[in-house]
Amino acid sequence: MSTHTPLPATAADDDVRTGAPEPGADGGAQRSSSRWLYVVLAVGLLAMALPFVWMVLSSVKPEAEVRSIPPTWLPETYTLENYRELFDRLRFPTYFFNSTVVAVVVTAGNLVFGSMLGYALAKLDFRGKNVVFALVLGTLMVPGMVTFVPLFVLVSNMGLTNTFPGLILPYLVGPLGVFLMRQYFLGLPDELIHAARVDGAGELRIFWSVMLPLTGPALATLGILTFLTSWNNFLWPLVVAQTEDMYTLPVALALYSVGQNATQYGLLLAGAVVVVVPVIVLFLAVQRYFVQGIAMTGIK
Amino acid sequence: MTTATTAPASRPVPSGGSPAGRRRSLLQRRQARTAWLLALPFLLLFAAFTAGPVFASLLMSFTDMRSTDVRSPFAVDLAAFDNYTALFQDDLFRKVAVNTAIFVLVGVPLTMVLALAAAVGLNNITRLRAFFRLGYYLPVVTSIVAVSVVWRFLLQPDTGPINQLLGTVGIDGPDWLGDPSLALPSLIVMAAWRNLGTLMVIFLAGLQTVPRELLEAAEVDGAGRWQRFRHVTLPLLRPTLLFGAVITGIGYLQFFEEPFVMTNGGPLNATRSVSYYIYDQFSFGNYGYAAAASYVLFVAIVVLTAIQFRVLRPKA
Repeated sequence: MSTHTPLPATAADDDVRTGAPEPGADGGAQRSSSRWLYVVLAVGLLAMALPFVWMVLSSVKPEAEVRSIPPTWLPETYTLENYRELFDRLRFPTYFFNSTVVAVVVTAGNLVFGSMLGYALAKLDFRGKNVVFALVLGTLMVPGMVTFVPLFVLVSNMGLTNTFPGLILPYLVGPLGVFLMRQYFLGLPDELIHAARVDGAGELRIFWSVMLPLTGPALATLGILTFLTSWNNFLWPLVVAQTEDMYTLPVALALYSVGQNATQYGLLLAGAVVVVVPVIVLFLAVQRYFVQGIAMTGIK
Repeated sequence: MTTATTAPASRPVPSGGSPAGRRRSLLQRRQARTAWLLALPFLLLFAAFTAGPVFASLLMSFTDMRSTDVRSPFAVDLAAFDNYTALFQDDLFRKVAVNTAIFVLVGVPLTMVLALAAAVGLNNITRLRAFFRLGYYLPVVTSIVAVSVVWRFLLQPDTGPINQLLGTVGIDGPDWLGDPSLALPSLIVMAAWRNLGTLMVIFLAGLQTVPRELLEAAEVDGAGRWQRFRHVTLPLLRPTLLFGAVITGIGYLQFFEEPFVMTNGGPLNATRSVSYYIYDQFSFGNYGYAAAASYVLFVAIVVLTAIQFRVLRPKA
């Protein structure tokens, strides 16, 4: 196959070439070039992973060691002092709780409301259907930067700044949920609905008990995407949360890192660990659905 | 319902279509009612918190609204195009617009090249593919604020490991984030590191749709590895590449967390972005002005997307 590429012919190549004709030679050359490929990919992987490795290692160093010149990789002294400070003095448990509440409620809202509208658009006939779909889809690329100023005016007038509803309501529904769920419902056979109708089931019951239980993979993908987006969301909670007791994790971490704790390196890195590690664990647990979803939608 | 379905079958009906027609229209009405019932909660929330603000933002951008007007948003004065005129006359806005353009024009190609290289690499291995894919994807799921904190320390001139690594090969690493000419490029590299996983997954899916027979035919015709990639794979991948360019471009046009956490927009505003500018104007209480700036950003996003879709459109 690639015997004429400028790769150096190895002993292995020659061995194989004397034996079988085409497929054997093919395999040998591929093996030697793929060995290099693995080396290159491994170096790349190292570059992707090292920032996280360094983050975790430095978070358990005492402050003096984090600032040492030259820097150390492996901690010479292990300490949990940074984490103790985060959780005892800096109210990180509160931020963690806030982030969790917001992400869970936002995810639930997107799953429920997104699948409701997605089902209506995919499987029910009604006038105005195309208009609704176009309207929702049209906002898929409207950035948060465009809407946050009037949104803040609205939420202020509702008296909801610095509250959970203020943090949650603007994200409770979104176009991605509708788009994903509609796609998935379209792929389910209409016969199921016809059969349920013949059996006398009402339309709402058909949606809830017959069709929705079949959408597991789509719900899983949507749920993970929404949870991660909400957990990592920054601009809106930065604007709406005005006192420390309503901060989410990214808001707290960003404000500490530019505020009076800006030079406490070890502490901030421990904070980054608290923000990042839970989502990495979650992601590793459910990554099968997640990677599917990315390939399906292309949206992070 | 059961009686309705059996009735026409058991008894011949003179005008055959009529009961069936009535049944269908009954079903249609019931469907429409259910559909609106299912759509209503979504549409109410959507109108209030997404669609409404899109239009409100446009309206606000033509007023002199300030934070003191929040309680009476309809009592503000019209300012016509004053906000937009002031915006384009502001040297700082021009500066942040240029920064944002550089971030997009350099960042998008860089991210795409790295992602494509990773995708091609993964497409050519069999063992450990899922493992590598996972590793390259990992930064995408993490908070930009958190990775910005980490990279701020990685890039420290004396205590950071990047300059230490450079030192081992004899390079005296600079003060990456403190040098006005290096700060923005540093942020771009970090963004490419953080985001290449998304594109890699999309490109990998695209690569797997390239028909093997086509590559084999090109090989029989004497095309080398690079020629096959350049003349067979890349043209087939064009829609996928452009899709990747669109979503990455939309994201990069809004970059905000990176300079907020890593540089405060400095040094000398070298890393201040349009989004950062909007946020600052909002914080100063200039709501109408901030809304105008955000609409300029929105138009930039629409234009960029439209251009890319034009290129994407298959040749007739």
